[in-house]
Amino acid sequence: MSTEHSAAHDSASHGSVSSYVTGFILAVILTVAAFGVAFSHALSPSGTLMAITVLAVIQVLVHLHYFLHMSVSPEKRWDNQVFIFTGLFVFILIVGTIFIMVNTSTNMMSR
Amino acid sequence: MLGRLSLEALPLDVPILVGTFIGVAIVGIAVLGLITYYGKWGYLWKEWLISVDHKRLAVMYVVLALVALFRGFADAIMMRTQLALAYNGNPGYLPPHHYDQIFSAHGTIMIFFLAMAFMTGLFNLVVPLQIGARDVAFPFLNNFSFWMTAVGFILVNVSLFIGEFSQCGWLAYPPLSEAQFSPGVGVDYYLVALQIAGVGTLLTGVNFFVTIIKMRAPGMGLMKMPVFTWTALCASILIMVAFPVLTVALALLGLDRYLGMHFFTNDGGGNQMLYLSLIWSWGHPEVYILILPAFGVFSEVVPAFSRKPLFGYTAMVYATCAILVLSLVVWVHHFFTMGAGPDVNAFFGIMTMIISIPTGVKLFNWMLTIYKGRVEYHSTMYWAIGFMITFTIGGMTGVMMAIPAADFVLHNSLFLIAHFHNVIIGGVYFGYVCGMNFWFPKAFGFKLNETWGKAAFWFWCIGFYFAFTPLYVLGFEGMTRRMNHYSNPDWYPWLLVAEVGAVMILLGIVCQLTQLYVSIRDRNLPQNVDVTGDPWDARALEWSTSSPPPVYNFAIIPHVHELDAFYHNKENGIDTRSAGGPYAPVHMPKNTSAGIFCGLFSLILGFALVWHIWWAAALGLVGLIATVIARSADKDIDYYIPAEEVARIENEHSRKLMAQAAE
Repeated sequence: MSTEHSAAHDSASHGSVSSYVTGFILAVILTVAAFGVAFSHALSPSGTLMAITVLAVIQVLVHLHYFLHMSVSPEKRWDNQVFIFTGLFVFILIVGTIFIMVNTSTNMMSR
Repeated sequence: MLGRLSLEALPLDVPILVGTFIGVAIVGIAVLGLITYYGKWGYLWKEWLISVDHKRLAVMYVVLALVALFRGFADAIMMRTQLALAYNGNPGYLPPHHYDQIFSAHGTIMIFFLAMAFMTGLFNLVVPLQIGARDVAFPFLNNFSFWMTAVGFILVNVSLFIGEFSQCGWLAYPPLSEAQFSPGVGVDYYLVALQIAGVGTLLTGVNFFVTIIKMRAPGMGLMKMPVFTWTALCASILIMVAFPVLTVALALLGLDRYLGMHFFTNDGGGNQMLYLSLIWSWGHPEVYILILPAFGVFSEVVPAFSRKPLFGYTAMVYATCAILVLSLVVWVHHFFTMGAGPDVNAFFGIMTMIISIPTGVKLFNWMLTIYKGRVEYHSTMYWAIGFMITFTIGGMTGVMMAIPAADFVLHNSLFLIAHFHNVIIGGVYFGYVCGMNFWFPKAFGFKLNETWGKAAFWFWCIGFYFAFTPLYVLGFEGMTRRMNHYSNPDWYPWLLVAEVGAVMILLGIVCQLTQLYVSIRDRNLPQNVDVTGDPWDARALEWSTSSPPPVYNFAIIPHVHELDAFYHNKENGIDTRSAGGPYAPVHMPKNTSAGIFCGLFSLILGFALVWHIWWAAALGLVGLIATVIARSADKDIDYYIPAEEVARIENEHSRKLMAQAAE
């Protein structure tokens, strides 16, 4: 009975030192790479934007996997559902905002 | 040394504020004096301020909400009185600078510190008990959240006497709220108070989401959860997705004001329309965060007093979830007139109309629960039925304004003001007061007085119609919101009627206070004491423990077999308490003062940020971080209640139950 209270604290994995170090190194590499692309002017402006976007998406995935311990295993079902719902909301917010702001500026002939 | 703060910040030239300050000071000194006289400081500190017990935090949240109600209502009746006077050349008694602060403070306080605090109070009291848990998932975080909310409210009230509050309405639209047009500290108070309170709200959302997902009693699948818990779950999800947007929007505005950036300014590439979109993509989910728990309250109260199970439980759950998702795609209806084209306005208008469908489903469910039930006209049922009628009217005017073409006529008129007070008073406030009357015996072990409760309902309900029906008419007559004075003779009589309504609502609040006083005075009368813990013959698990529940809630965690678990057990002669044991030691969290210290340092941080006192801001921030680190390093955070102690408490309750049964 005394274990009931800790029900909220159980978790499959909180990671190990090596997984944190791997994640940290990957994150540093991705960050440096993004700054490198921007500062070196090696790509065209649109190419730079593309590269930074791709690096940012990989960065997010690295954080999710190594630091937030997300995976597709069945015991993480709730984590994933919450994450998908968050993704849905972020999608609604970003696409909705672009829809509204672009439509407004077209309609008001502000640009 | 003191940044922008100087003696000139004290509003000594405004007699109303000086008088208010003297009044608040006298009451404050009287309260502090009484606590000292009766030697209750230790009790207050140990049993309440540092408590991590969700039942204690619930009471503190509701007390905070009631204080916010007095402040917010004082603002409201001052505005109504101003408009009943300021007609045809008479400037009234509130100059625009003061009046603008009052309507901004009214909205801010009523939403963030009355409604949100009351809602969190109900969550805290009810959710762990309904799901058969011993506390929330993160008890310290719960205490921390409370102090963040309280500090936000304290900052808003400090602005009354030191400096000024925002004059930009409750959502501080730029460019008016930018440093260029609002150079004073008002908007800074608003931003800092809401950011601090927002931390508390967000963590509350996380806390209750995890609690409901992870800590339900064995056997309670999602579709066996009481509807109030369902609505708490959906509101928690909405808090988690929506509040970060508010944080970002306010932070960007703060960057504009503090660091001279140009997110929402007129110049430098800023776009104030983006602020509208951001703030309302939080703001619309926010109103559903408030109303869903109110729907949950009615879904508990109506079956209990109709002596029937809830009609259409599954439909109710799916309607709640549908509202959860739809509430995220309707936010443009707050600014149809901003200038977006018909594509945008038509899409969001249609989505807004669609959201009334699940809400309608809920209303029919409650009506069909009452149908052929043996209805007991308890005061909670008064609030519930008053809600059904009032909220339906508010919902219909809402669907009217969801038509973009109609909204172009009604936008920012008093019609809008009437509409949202119609749903927020008639829905949210009626719901929470209904819940307070329903669960009060659970929190304190005695019932609230019925006569005064019903009187409060009648004054509130009739007062509401007197105060806000004229506003619908005034909206059609072209009166806009936030107006300081006017000269149209057609408006004057309607505003007088609205003033009468505000006075009736004041009497309603007086009745509520009297109800509390009379109930506390008569708490030991046999007809008021709740011996069994189940005063209403109700259905969910919270009624299976004693009133007030022991600190550990359930000596033995109940096993759930059916929806309405407690009622099912009562009908089948199963003892939900498993009285007699055998009992095991109960693992509980220890109280901690870390929360109140975090609050204190946040208060220093917030106040210093408002006045640009940078050394004090650094002190507050360092203190806050140090407190959090110290708390994280503390391993002495839990204890066990010995099995003998549990057995003693439980046997005593069993003895009372048997004595009651023998009578």
